[in-house]
Amino acid sequence: MTRHAIHLDDTGETFLCDEARPVLLGMEALGRRGIPVGCRGGGCGVCKVQVLSGQYVARVMSRTHVSAEDEAAGRVLACRIRPMTDLRLRVLGPMRVQPEAGAGPDQSVDH
Amino acid sequence: MAINGVLRPGHAVLRALDLDESVHFYTEVLGLHETGRDRAGRVYLKAWDERDHNSVILRQSDRAGLDCFGFKVLNDATLRTLEGRLREYGVATERVPAGEMLETGERVRFQIPTGHLIELYAQKTSVGNGLGDLNPEAWSLNQKGISPLRMDHALIYGGDIDGNRKLFEEVLEFTLVERVKLEDGVTDLATWLTCSNKAHDIAMVRHAEDNKLHHVSFLLETWEAVLRAADIMSMHRVSIDLGPTRHGITRGTTIYFFDPSGNRLETFSGGYQWYPDQTPITWTWDEVGRAIFYHDRKLNPAFLEVVT
Repeated sequence: MTRHAIHLDDTGETFLCDEARPVLLGMEALGRRGIPVGCRGGGCGVCKVQVLSGQYVARVMSRTHVSAEDEAAGRVLACRIRPMTDLRLRVLGPMRVQPEAGAGPDQSVDH
Repeated sequence: MAINGVLRPGHAVLRALDLDESVHFYTEVLGLHETGRDRAGRVYLKAWDERDHNSVILRQSDRAGLDCFGFKVLNDATLRTLEGRLREYGVATERVPAGEMLETGERVRFQIPTGHLIELYAQKTSVGNGLGDLNPEAWSLNQKGISPLRMDHALIYGGDIDGNRKLFEEVLEFTLVERVKLEDGVTDLATWLTCSNKAHDIAMVRHAEDNKLHHVSFLLETWEAVLRAADIMSMHRVSIDLGPTRHGITRGTTIYFFDPSGNRLETFSGGYQWYPDQTPITWTWDEVGRAIFYHDRKLNPAFLEVVT
């Protein structure tokens, strides 16, 4: 088990992620936040990040969200990259400003 | 109402980023049966209790999402009638030749206002559910994984869902069963339509981008089976979006989860039967949370934003 530090520039958060695990799943498993979570399968694009520094291994991602140029420039989906070194990331996905309590109206509670 | 026009959803053609991985998922985890592969490399699957040759078709692609959603109609005459009505209505239709998809007759393909491709067809080879038509057993032992009864419906996302509803109602004789209103109390955020006496055969949500898939859904027999499906998903580390829980809308019990390419699927059970003397149910914006997720009673951002 080899773990690397994943640093999110947006929030200043750092968490450790195993080389065998995609960055997004590593974040979720520790109950950490910062990268929006969507399909976890490279299809929906909400976890798109810019890798600012570090090495990673990527799996296939939907071209709807990650072009070849994106991929070459380190704009990738956090659910599809495994860290090979420490990584510094910035969140790019469309849901990067996560509402505090969901997108809908407040939950109504009868007292 | 006898069901004698559009019968039911018949196939969903889904794109896979890694076909082998997806076939493994759909056969071993979801538990569909592979029924064939064609020269284009598409893989054909069916749920155990479905009679027709296929209901899910997987195609290798560099993008996730839904190519098209097909409905079976009663017979060739109905297909011709509906094709004529579509044209009269002003919808361009295209005939896809018989055999273009394995064991499937001619398809009438057209685009709906939200940009999705819809197909109608009358013929698909019946391969049976393995039980036979004479003195059958109650269920098949030839099952693995989650093993739903059938592919049941889809929820699609796009802009002009009003245009969609009008087309489905006026041309294809679907009926509105439930709707969610936006904050203005007038505009539909979402609609659930039926062509049968199910609570829904297709549903749609208003969305900034056209031609998006929210989920394709598979029917399970019981709530117990929904729980068992969730267990199987955890055993296989499947990406679960939400659930097991219940929808206020349709009252179905549900799990939302994702296939290996990020296409959302649902396994659900229950819900009520619809009859044509019922009036549609309306949900207001301030109760939309309970409408979608009956126990959480709030919408999550993923429901509105995560699509393929």
